[in-house]
Formats: sequence, C-alpha cells, structure tokens
Amino acid sequence: MKYVDGFRDTGAAASIVRDIRHLASEVEDKGIDARIMEVCGSHTMSIGRYGIRQMLPGNVKLISGPGCPVCVTDAAYIDAALELAGRGVHVASFGDMLKVPGSSETLADARSAGAGIHVCYSPLDALGFAREHPEKEVVFLGIGFETTIPTVVSIVKRAGSESLGNISVLTAFKLVPPALEALANDENVAVNGFLLPAHVSAVIGSEAYEGFVTRHRIASVIAGFEPLDILLGVECLLKQLAENRSELVNQYSRVVTKSGNRIARSMIDEYLEVADSSWRGIGIIPGSGLVLREQFAEYDAAKRYQVSTVGGTPDRRCRCGDVLRGIILPGECPLMGKECTPLFPVGPCMVSSEGSCAAHYRYSR
Amino acid sequence: MCLAVPMRIIELKESGTGVCELDSVRYDVDLSLIEKAEVDEFVIVHAGFAIEKLDLDEANARLKLFEELAQTNDRQLAE
Repeated sequence: MKYVDGFRDTGAAASIVRDIRHLASEVEDKGIDARIMEVCGSHTMSIGRYGIRQMLPGNVKLISGPGCPVCVTDAAYIDAALELAGRGVHVASFGDMLKVPGSSETLADARSAGAGIHVCYSPLDALGFAREHPEKEVVFLGIGFETTIPTVVSIVKRAGSESLGNISVLTAFKLVPPALEALANDENVAVNGFLLPAHVSAVIGSEAYEGFVTRHRIASVIAGFEPLDILLGVECLLKQLAENRSELVNQYSRVVTKSGNRIARSMIDEYLEVADSSWRGIGIIPGSGLVLREQFAEYDAAKRYQVSTVGGTPDRRCRCGDVLRGIILPGECPLMGKECTPLFPVGPCMVSSEGSCAAHYRYSR
Repeated sequence: MCLAVPMRIIELKESGTGVCELDSVRYDVDLSLIEKAEVDEFVIVHAGFAIEKLDLDEANARLKLFEELAQTNDRQLAE
C-alpha cells in the first residue's frame, strides 16, 4: 500500500534528517535545547520502532507524554473491572488492559482463574457478544482518547436502538487538550515543542488546539504516525524554534481537517458530558474526562453496578507519573528492566504496547 | 491505542458497513462515522470503524515531496 510504504522511504528520511541536523545547529547556536514532547503513545512506539531518537542530534530530545490511555487509567478502574468480573459480569476489553496492575491483581490474573474476561478488537465485538448471549451481563471497558471514544459510544447508541439491556460501558474516557493545558501549566515539565496526536486530531480537528497554542505560545505540530511524518514534524518544530515562532501547524493534512469529524464530534456531544478525570500518576485534571449523560445512565456500568473507578493503591515505587510528564526518562526509573519488565510490569507505562517504558525496554536498552 | 491504518473501500453494504482492503487482506469495517462513503475511497480505520477519509490530493502531494527528497539524497550521496 503506497499510502503506508511511501511514508517510510529511507532516502527521503535521510534528506529530512540532514535538514534536521542543520536546523538543530541553528537552534544550538541560540543556546536552546529542543525538548519535544510527543503526546501520543502511537508516536512513542513509532519513534522507538524506527530508531528516530537515534537519528537526531544531541540537542534534540524527544520526550514521551501521557498519551497512552491504558497508561493513565487509574488502578481503581482495574479494581472496579475486577469486582464486576468477580460478580459474574462478563468484562469485554481491548487487549492492552489485561496486564495493567490494579491494587492487587490484573484482569489477566482473574481470567486465568476463570473469570469471564474477553478481549475485543472492536467495541462492536462486545456488542455482538451481548446480542448472542442475552442471558449474560456484559460490561465494555470504555477507555480511550477522542479517537476511540466515538467507537465506544456506538455501543450505547446501538444498544439503545436495539433495546439491548444487557450491555453497559465502564467509562474512563480522557481528553487530550486539557492534558496539554495541565502539562503546559506544570512548572516541572520543561518542553518547548509539542508533537500533537494524529488520530485524536482527526476527530477533534486542528482548531481544537488553537487556543492552547495562542495562550502558551508553544510550537506545536500535528503529525501522522509514519516515520517520515514524525521526522517532518520534528523538522517543522526545529524551524519554529530557530525562527522564534510558536505556531500550530497541521502536517497530517491528508487526514486531519480544521473542524475534525463532524459525525463523531456530534455523537460525543449527544451522549457524553465533560467531567474532571483522574490520570494515573498525575492526579485529577479538571475537565479532562467524558462521562455518559444522565439520560444514558442505564448504560453507565459505574452507576448500574455501583462501583467506584477513582483512587486505588498502585505500587508506590513506580515512577510512571514522572515518566508521563517527561520529568524523568523511562531509563531513569530504578525499577526499569529489573523489577519492572513487560512480562512482570509494575507500572502501566510498561504494560501497554504503546507505553513509553515498554518502548524504552524494547528499543532503547 | 490510537493506531489507525488506511484501507480502500471495495464494497458497501446496506447496514452502513463495508468491506475494506489493506495489502490484499479484507476487513469488515463500520462506516457509520464518516459521510457518504464510496467504493474506491480510502479511509482511516481504527477499532473496526472508519474514523476519517484519506484526502488523496494531500497524500499524493506529500508522496511527491518524498520522491523529490529521495532524489536529493541520491544526488548528495553521489557527490
């Protein structure tokens, strides 16, 4: 497929890297280190997989942000899912969630012990399971950013139109722009450029960041996940730093429009409302979550089964919170590769295939 | 988690779904989140849903740029 392979061309990459080196030395002459945060876990994984960090000069640092929904899901959310499974409810989830440690165990542990926990590729798989098994109660673990949220809301929409009463969603939806705001306001986070997510932006549109970039005067580029997309994104940010500019640039214009996906956005507005949300390792970020509106309460698993998804007691030695804000690099965590490995993860950044610690473990050690 | 891949629509079904293809592999894809999907259009697929169309003019312009950059690289290597 040329629309995939064409964005991985090594000759073009070499040419862009040459430009990047030139711009990096201009930035260095100004006494600046480029500290670029990629907010999305898919960027993190791509940067690791294609060795992009190793292609860049020493004064250009790529720092991973909190852009993996699995990584920022509270331990209490896992505890709630485990409690539901313990009560005989069938829990359906994206696969990445199964190894995330709750306060004492994981969903994978519970599944090994016989609990009804099902891995789905699409939220529609959970809907299909509920249709086929009307005698079973099904809860879908609705985690995700703006990319995934409309696909999960489809469960509620269709369950409503089909009068399907045996499925609900345990929501832990997170929004990217409020998280960016929290990062920019955090004085411990030293970043002078943002690589903004590709497919979150496909849904919310480039205009969703305009206020943020104007307020914080920070160079920001929406970039795709292919290696050439990322390199062009880094080049664009360095150019801005070299020229003292701080603009929002959409480098992923083959997919991202100014206003985003109209259908997906209106579906989010119809079914969900903004709420404060707790990010694992970071804490509460005001207005950074979405929950089902009151009229859809019967599809809200937290209300239906009276379970709490906030709090929990993750391992106190885990530094995922600092990793997610770019305060330390994954390799600086004392647990890295010792007690915390992909097989036996202590923190969520090691669990998810898109977690920054997992990427570090796999590609950079 | 937010990974999504481009696929070509090869068949539309009445239920708002379609069959899409990537590298000769066919997938059932829900098309309800995009407007007026048509056969031969490219869509970006995430978790079983097309979440946006691929703008071919923009994609081809970018590929042309990469071709030029690769040629520049070849020339520089030859020098």
